[in-house]
Formats: sequence, structure tokens, C-alpha cells
Amino acid sequence: MDFGLSDEQQLIVDTVRSFVEKEIYPHEQEVERSGHVPEEVGQEIAQKCKDIGFFASNMPAEHGGGGLGHLDFTLLERELGRGSMALTVFFGRPSGILAACEGEQIERYLRPAIRGDKFDALAMTEPGAGSDVRGMQCTARQDGDDWVVNGTKHFISHADIADFIIVFIATGEEETDRGKKKKISCFLVDRGTPGFEILPGYNSVSHRGYHNCILNFEDCRLPSAQILGEVHRGFEVANEWLYATRLTVATMSVGRARRAFDLALPHAATRKQFGQQIGKFQGVSFKLADMVTDIDAADWLTLSAAWRLDKGLPANREIASAKVFATEMLARVTDEAIQIFGGMGLMDDFPLERFWRDSRVERIWDGTSEIQRHIISRELLRPIGG
Amino acid sequence: MEKILVGLKRVVDYNVRVRVKSDGSGVETDGVKMSINPFDEIALEEALRIKERGEASEVVVVSVGGSEAQQQLRTGLAMGADRAILVVTESELDPLTGARVLMELVDREQPGLVLLGKQAIDNDNNQTGQMLAALWGRPQATFASEVVLNGDTAKVTREVDVGLESIDIDLPAVITADLRLNEPRYVKLPDIMKAKKKPLDEIQFAEMGVESAVPVANLQFEPPQQRAKGIMVDDVAGLVSALKDKGLL
Ligand SMILES: Cc1cc2nc3c(=O)[nH]c(=O)nc-3n(C[C@H](O)[C@H](O)[C@H](O)COP(=O)(O)OP(=O)(O)OC[C@H]3O[C@@H](n4cnc5c(N)ncnc54)[C@H](O)[C@@H]3O)c2cc1C
Repeated sequence: MDFGLSDEQQLIVDTVRSFVEKEIYPHEQEVERSGHVPEEVGQEIAQKCKDIGFFASNMPAEHGGGGLGHLDFTLLERELGRGSMALTVFFGRPSGILAACEGEQIERYLRPAIRGDKFDALAMTEPGAGSDVRGMQCTARQDGDDWVVNGTKHFISHADIADFIIVFIATGEEETDRGKKKKISCFLVDRGTPGFEILPGYNSVSHRGYHNCILNFEDCRLPSAQILGEVHRGFEVANEWLYATRLTVATMSVGRARRAFDLALPHAATRKQFGQQIGKFQGVSFKLADMVTDIDAADWLTLSAAWRLDKGLPANREIASAKVFATEMLARVTDEAIQIFGGMGLMDDFPLERFWRDSRVERIWDGTSEIQRHIISRELLRPIGG
Repeated sequence: MEKILVGLKRVVDYNVRVRVKSDGSGVETDGVKMSINPFDEIALEEALRIKERGEASEVVVVSVGGSEAQQQLRTGLAMGADRAILVVTESELDPLTGARVLMELVDREQPGLVLLGKQAIDNDNNQTGQMLAALWGRPQATFASEVVLNGDTAKVTREVDVGLESIDIDLPAVITADLRLNEPRYVKLPDIMKAKKKPLDEIQFAEMGVESAVPVANLQFEPPQQRAKGIMVDDVAGLVSALKDKGLL
């Protein structure tokens, strides 16, 4: 077993850390204040990321991506996690699911996404179908070689800046031993397609400036050529991608927790009350001990899950463990960091209140904590008939 | 010119709060983040820009130190250097020995220019570049904030106490980089992967035929005295009387 980073991994980590500190941090306050990323700022981050060959680092090298494995990419995203998501979204990481593009889809979607000419977003969730994605109401009815789509998606992250959306839509129903089950297909939908609208979503307490949108389909006609992967087999395309996004949430939580810790630690060593540094009070120093232990545990859990994916080992349970532990860790660590700062921790002069707010969504999106626990326990019980 | 030689020293990262070892024998480096000396990184950036302008054809990075310094040389290769040489020694290096090793490498490599940092942020000696120029018998331009090559000469702007000084020097020469010379680039992802395949030669210090100079021995390291808490005064009169009270005026 080797817990060290290779020289290459260390360089990736150092480079991304330094990029985040120099290109992301300086814009954060303004984005928090305005709730908006000026277009030129986003474009500049994307351009700089392209210039240094980090754009689409997660995508296959044969199509011009960086070809990083899961572990390397998880390390990269851990450093990105330190920065505001509204800004790091421009550090291009197209959805890995696009690797399923075939034929002319490669030139129309995959390669432009890798070059950064087109931004993607991904839509599963609906007002009536969150955790229960298969319960989706958005349907496509076949009409000749076309599909006619009706329905609504909501909570769709960064669809406001997307050129096309990867949308999961019910394309039929089948009978199974456990009753009726929807058949789901995955479509590539261009912004501007007639009958398709991208509308502003809700104001979220987490990740200001990183917007969610509502998608409306009204008799929207999509040719069969827009289907990614096989018809009715959308979830098969999605599965491996879902792994990767859960790892993303976990590792970004680790990065953000470290940044909060990096603020709390020196504060404990310098802030004086009752004539001494507050870090000298066990009530404060033990918090620091628990925080760093919590962060390290989440870090290793996440990295080892990514390592399993690279090795081709089963990783579903391990990724779910990493996701639930890292996101809940982030909530604890940001909360304690504020406690160590006292009242000042709540003021927007410091980024701690933001990390604390931002941490809230991590336990909800990409599968809630409850759903992760469901995955973990199912994997344990099912093989023994439980 | 054919070749630029750039020195890269492995030092404690500038973001790290340095701690003195409990036995006073030196500075704690165990488990501490190590990096390229920032001034050396600036020197390398300048060499790469010169090469990219077509004014040099090869950039060779060299380091003298423990075998872990490979990591800093790999970073240099990932930034764009063509090859690397590590002179391996486990002993603490003083500026004169360092300059002698560099001189030996200059003899072997025959560079048209040696670019170094103005000083390393570990001991802040600010001597190696000057000593190398003397050993080599070639011109030196230290504290460079701008370098313009002009065939066999270079015009170098130096940051000196009174302002900026501009000098012309003949090449080959030693130039040492100051902070404002440039802003080093980010390493590019494809270059990180390529760096692995670039040549990195290791030479044992003993094979260099260089005599160690030990004019300085480190006796004891101590952390700086904690600064006593200052007081705020209202005006100049207050300042003067406070200084008088302390017998400083
Ligand atoms: C800011 C934001 C951005 C998002 N971005 C995207 C996006 O880009 N694309 C996308 O498709 N989706 C996105 N989502 C949707 C997100 O994945 C869902 O919010 C999430 O899956 C939960 O669904 P829900 O909000 O409808 O909650 P519900 O599913 O209604 O859950 C409500 C509660 O019930 C619990 N619960 C539900 N089922 C079970 C069960 N079987 N066992 C135990 N407890 C259960 C849940 O854990 C939760 O506590 C985003 C959400 C947010 C908030």
C-alpha cells in the first residue's frame, strides 16, 4: 500500500491549488455579493483553464480530453472544491456521460464540449420526482423517427450557461415482477430547440451565483439521433457517470472543509481571551483535533473509492460511503469553524458563513444522505437475502 | 544561443510557517511542503521565455541536493525545461560549494547564459550567483527585473536600493532574478505527463571533483524572539516622549 502522491499527482494538486487561489478567490466576494458571475470573468477562467490544458481533463484523451483517471481527477476536484462553485464551474469538466456519444454526436457534442465551445448541463430531477427518479413524469412519445416531449424538470444546475442539456425522459413502460416500471432514455437537447425553454429556477441558500433552472418541454420534437446511448437504456448510460459525480461531491467537500480548517487553526492560535490564546482552552483545541480527524477520514475514504474505480473493483458502496461521510463531515467542520471564530464567523467579511451555507446542499444533491445510506445498506443486505 | 542553465533549489514552501527543530540543529523539514525556491522559478520562467522567443535552443535545469530534489526538477521539466541534472549530496550546502558545483556543470555544459534566483529563501545568502560569476570569470547582473538579449550582449535592468539601474553585459554571463522579472506560468497538464519522459541525470557529488568549502559552520538555530506588544501613540509628540521614556532618544 502506498499513501503518497506521485510527482505527477503532486504537480496536478499544486497547479490546481495555485490556480484556485489566484484566479478564483479574487472574484469570490463579488459573486457572493451580486449573486452573479460576469460573463467575461467566466470566459476568462475557462480560457486560462484551456491554456494550461486542464480543460476537460476528465474526458478521454482520444477525443482531446486530458484522460485523467478517477483518482487523479478526484485529487484535482478536491483542490477545486476550495473555490466558489459559481466560478469553478468554468474550470471545464464536461459530464463524463458524453463519452457515450456515437457517430455524428461525437462532432456535435462530445468534441465541442471537450474544446469548451459548448457547455453542458444534466437534467433528471422533476418537481414530482427527486430521489425517486424513475417516477418522472416528463415523457417522450414516438412519432415516426421523432420523439415528442412534454414535461418539466427543475433544480437543473448551470443550465443558464449551458448550450445543450443531457435530459432523462420516460420513453415507455414495461411490466416487471414488481409491477410497472418506466423505461428511461437519455436525450441531448440543444438550447433553442422549438418547444424547449430554459427558465430561471429558485434562489438557493447554497452556492450563490451557481444557478439552478427549470426546463419546460411543450410538444418539443427531438429526432432519434438526439438519443445518447440506446433507447430505453438511459440509466445504463448514467450509472458510471453517477459514480463520478458522487465522488465529485465528496472530494469537493473535503477541499472546502480544509479551507475552513485553514482559517480556524490560525485563529485559534492567535485570538486571545482571558489573557491567553483560545487554542489553549481544551474546549477549542479538541474541536480542532476532531475537525482534522474528520477531514482526513473523509479524504481517505474518498480517495480509496476513486482508486477502486480505477482498479475496476466494485465501488458503488464505497462511493456512497464517501459521499455521505464527506458531506456530513463538511457540515460539522464548517459549523465548528464558525464556533471557533465566534460572532465574526457569521459575518460575510470572512468566507466561513458562506462555506457553512454552501455545505447544506451537499447532503441533498446527487442523492440525499438517506439515499446513500439506502445504497450502502442494500449492498450489505441483499447478498444475504436481507 | 545554444543553451541556458537554470539553478533550482529545493526549499521549504514560502507559505509554510518555518519551525526550528527542537534540538536547534536546523529547520524542521519532515512532512513540510517543499517547493522550488520562488526566485529560481522566476529564473526558469525567464529562460523559457527566451527559448520561446527563439533566442535559445535548450533549457537545462540543475539542482544540488538530496535525491528528493528530483521532485523540483520534475516540476521544472513540466514547466518546459528540456532536461535536468541533479548533483546528489546529503550534506548541507554553503554558497561557495554550490557555486563550485555550478562552475563544474558550466564547464561540462558550456551554456551561453546561467540564470539563477537572486537568493534562496531558506538561508537568504544571496551569494551563489556572484561567486559563480567570479569563478567563471564572466560578467554578472544580479537582481534582474528585465532582461533583453541582443546577440552577444544582454541589457539587464537591476533593482537596486536607489531605483532601477540598467547595464549592458557581455555573454556568457550570470543573471540572477528578482521578484518582478516575470510571473511564472502554471504547469500545463499535458506537460506534467511529458515531464516523466524527459531526461533527468543524477551525478554523485563525489564524482564532480569539486572540493567542499566549509568556511561557515552552523552552530545553533533559534526561533526569532517574540516581538513584544507595541503601543499606539496619538501624534509625533507622543512618539518622541515614548522614545525618550525608553531611553532610545
Ligand atoms: C441546488 C440544487 C441543484 C441541483 N442540480 C441538479 C441537476 O443539475 N440535475 C438534476 O437532475 N438534479 C439536480 N438537483 C436535484 C437533486 O438531485 C435532488 O434535490 C435530490 O435528488 C433530492 O430530491 P428532492 O429534492 O426532490 O427530495 P425528495 O426526493 O422529495 O426527498 C425529500 C426527503 O425524503 C427523503 N427520502 C426520499 N426517498 C427516501 C427513501 N427511499 N428512504 C429514505 N428517505 C427518503 C430524502 O432523503 C429527503 O430527506 C439539484 C438540487 C439542488 C437543491
